[in-house]
Amino acid sequence: MPDNGTPAPGAMTTPAAATQLRKAVVVGGNRIPFARTGGAYTKSSNQDMLTAALDGLIARFGLQDERIGEVAAGAVLKHSRDFNLTREAVLGSALSAETPAYDLQQACATGLETVLGLANKIKLGQIDSAIAGGVDSASDAPIAVSEGLREVLLDLNRAKTLPQRLQVLSRLRPKDLAPDAPNTGEPRTGLSMGEHQALTTAQWKISREAQDELAYNSHRNLAAAYDAGFFDDLMTPYRGLSKDSNLRADTTPEKLAGLKPVFGKNLGAEATMTAGNSTPLTDGASTVLLASEAWADAHDLPKLATVLDGEAAAVDFVHGKDGLLMAPAFAVPRLLARNGLGFGDIDFFEIHEAFAGTVLSTLAAWEDEEFCRTRLGLDGALGSVDRAKLNVNGSSLAAGHPFAATGGRIVASLAKMLHAKGQADGRPARGLISICAAGGQGVVALLEAH
Amino acid sequence: MSDKYTQFVSRGLGRDLARKLGLPQPVELRRYRPGQPLVEGPVLIQGAGTGADELAAALLAWNLDVRRHAVPREKLGAIILVLDEASRPEDLEKPVLTAGASLRDLAANGRVITISRDAAEAAEAAMPAVAAARQGVDGLLRSLAKELRAGATGNGIILADGAQTTSPSALGALRFLLSGRSAFVDGQFLTVSSAAGQLPEDADRPLAGKVAVVTGAARGIGAAIARTLHRDGATVVAVDIPAAGDHLAAVANDVHGTALQLDISRDDAGQRIIDHAVERHGRLDIVIHNAGITRDKLLANMDQGRWTSVIAVNIAAQLRINEALLASEHFRNTPRIVSVASTSGIAGNRGQTNYAASKGGVMGMVRATAPLLAAHGGSINAVAPGFIETEMTARIPFATREVARRLNSLQQGGRPQDVAEAIAFLASDAAGGISGGVLRVCGQNLVGA
Repeated sequence: MPDNGTPAPGAMTTPAAATQLRKAVVVGGNRIPFARTGGAYTKSSNQDMLTAALDGLIARFGLQDERIGEVAAGAVLKHSRDFNLTREAVLGSALSAETPAYDLQQACATGLETVLGLANKIKLGQIDSAIAGGVDSASDAPIAVSEGLREVLLDLNRAKTLPQRLQVLSRLRPKDLAPDAPNTGEPRTGLSMGEHQALTTAQWKISREAQDELAYNSHRNLAAAYDAGFFDDLMTPYRGLSKDSNLRADTTPEKLAGLKPVFGKNLGAEATMTAGNSTPLTDGASTVLLASEAWADAHDLPKLATVLDGEAAAVDFVHGKDGLLMAPAFAVPRLLARNGLGFGDIDFFEIHEAFAGTVLSTLAAWEDEEFCRTRLGLDGALGSVDRAKLNVNGSSLAAGHPFAATGGRIVASLAKMLHAKGQADGRPARGLISICAAGGQGVVALLEAH
Repeated sequence: MSDKYTQFVSRGLGRDLARKLGLPQPVELRRYRPGQPLVEGPVLIQGAGTGADELAAALLAWNLDVRRHAVPREKLGAIILVLDEASRPEDLEKPVLTAGASLRDLAANGRVITISRDAAEAAEAAMPAVAAARQGVDGLLRSLAKELRAGATGNGIILADGAQTTSPSALGALRFLLSGRSAFVDGQFLTVSSAAGQLPEDADRPLAGKVAVVTGAARGIGAAIARTLHRDGATVVAVDIPAAGDHLAAVANDVHGTALQLDISRDDAGQRIIDHAVERHGRLDIVIHNAGITRDKLLANMDQGRWTSVIAVNIAAQLRINEALLASEHFRNTPRIVSVASTSGIAGNRGQTNYAASKGGVMGMVRATAPLLAAHGGSINAVAPGFIETEMTARIPFATREVARRLNSLQQGGRPQDVAEAIAFLASDAAGGISGGVLRVCGQNLVGA
């Protein structure tokens, strides 16, 4: 950290006087195994899964009947009845019913944003403990009535006389009866996320082989983490599942190379994105226990890592200026500059694998001198990420990606890794988290071993 | 898991029918609930001598309705036969026959408890008549227990040299055997080997302030142990394999404890248990080795996997964890270890050579570990459950299960809680003078010792 009040070179803003802020520490986390959509959690609602993840966390840390400062979580695919999803999950859990909660939604960055928001409250002294989390179910997704039917029903409710009602009903057409299924397409472009990424992947000339290699490493690293018992204190089984169902421990580069492309098939150039190097739709939930140092000490709980800082960014993908999922490429250099750090000061890079192409495009952008000069305002290339430090215990390509649950998965795992590593080069080990999100957004964060 | 037959013959038409047809007539056992009176009705103490007198005084201090002489046709809650001074077989006659005359007045779920001395010590001292009198109590009690009806049980306390009728563990054992905590313990002896141990300040919370680890806590007997230790005041660390984590979390939340997902057959399991207990709860007092697996097969068809895994989980893991516990400075303040053995390890069971070897091993380990723990005021014992109504036994075919559950003096299966109660007693301060032994919780199963 630079001296307080002394802006780091290139910094755009300075953090609030750090001496007056408390530390927000990650105590630990708990998630349920992630399940491919239509699998083990087909009949589980978001509330069921979030409650299960909370109860596992409560059991791990003995938080029964504890009044937590605040719980924040969210879901991307959300039923309208779940307007108070997190509070309802808290009420169904073993926590004190006097624990307040709120919902948050920032697409795939939801989970990480709950961590950052709650950590800030802890740093400010507003709360002493918090649980951050996220959940998503693509199996139990909401299905809405069509816009035509919805308007008719609302007008029908307003109609006062029988003739008025009949007149309203006469507007109904057969096509209005078809339900409106959810889709993850971008409202302003109509393109799915995969098609957007295909544009970016092609723009950065990311090869099929490089994408498959990243996917292979994700599966291999995640499988090794399971074998080492890494998840024994990060996960609680749910509905008969004790491992992420998307994990293919026996996959090979050859098997991945044999898959047919699914995105970018009409771009002219050779299509490179397959079901193997893209994340599948997934169901799951994750939670992270955050606290002030004093609260953790008073409860005899571990302090794994400190939440140092976070940064959000957004890009203008609508007009094609940048790729839909490229916002982290802008957020990371801003975050590093504010904290006076470079890639050499980071020991673990957790870059969410929405698609292998997303990670590789982002890495390529940071290595590209022109992009870094013209778009990031740097003197030259930001630099290369040491691949040996990238997603070392696997990431979303292997684990799956229940949108809002990914942030919590990464924060808890990274905090455990940082705590295990302890010191690096005579300073606390540091980790960088980068998560891209729909709407051209990205949220990134810095954690440090406690 | 419910025993419909016992419910049916416990009242009304079913009771009359069973009586007329000469069918087994199990009754619903009086099980312990906090606040419950120790005994329902007066306690008759038979036997002359200092030991009996001192015991009567101690029981009066518990506000029990103590009688030294029976009043005919007055219902008795318990009969205590103090035989500690018997030095010839003839000495048994008077107290035993006098007590016998009162048996018809023993209430349903009543208790008969003998207190005698250790025959083995007399044998070592080459005193044949004394040994005969003492060993005679063994046969007497086991037969008497089989004569009792309506949920009444007969058990004995054996005092070694150095222990008196009022030693803490003698009184502790007496309280356990009198109470509903011992509902499914029948025809058994508890040996008090020393004057060690301490009676609790609050009899309803004998484990207050203790930190207890229970392995295999996600389900069945393990979950019942966690709940019982919590009820008795302990802070519980619930341990089970990671794959059982969801059930484990439910149990941990239920008992306001913590869940530790851990495969106990890992090399570092002992250290991880100690670390968790000490870092999260500040201490470690009690370890309950309950985790166990069955991989049944006739020995002729036994493969290496079935044999190895059962030995690894059921006994090798316990030995390794105990080594870590014995080496730890955090396990030095009157520590307690209780292991779950099995009547299979005593009487044998077809198809369970591997399981019985592991459970026999548990009993041998317990005997040999007792002296190692004694230096720290610690104790270690095993509890051997008989037929217990669990999810596991619910999968036994109906006819086999019906026969198995009636093959004991109480004519019914026990409940997980019954095993847990025995474990909670042996884990308490009051059991400090009881170590190295095996307590069967089997309703005096007709099979085996």
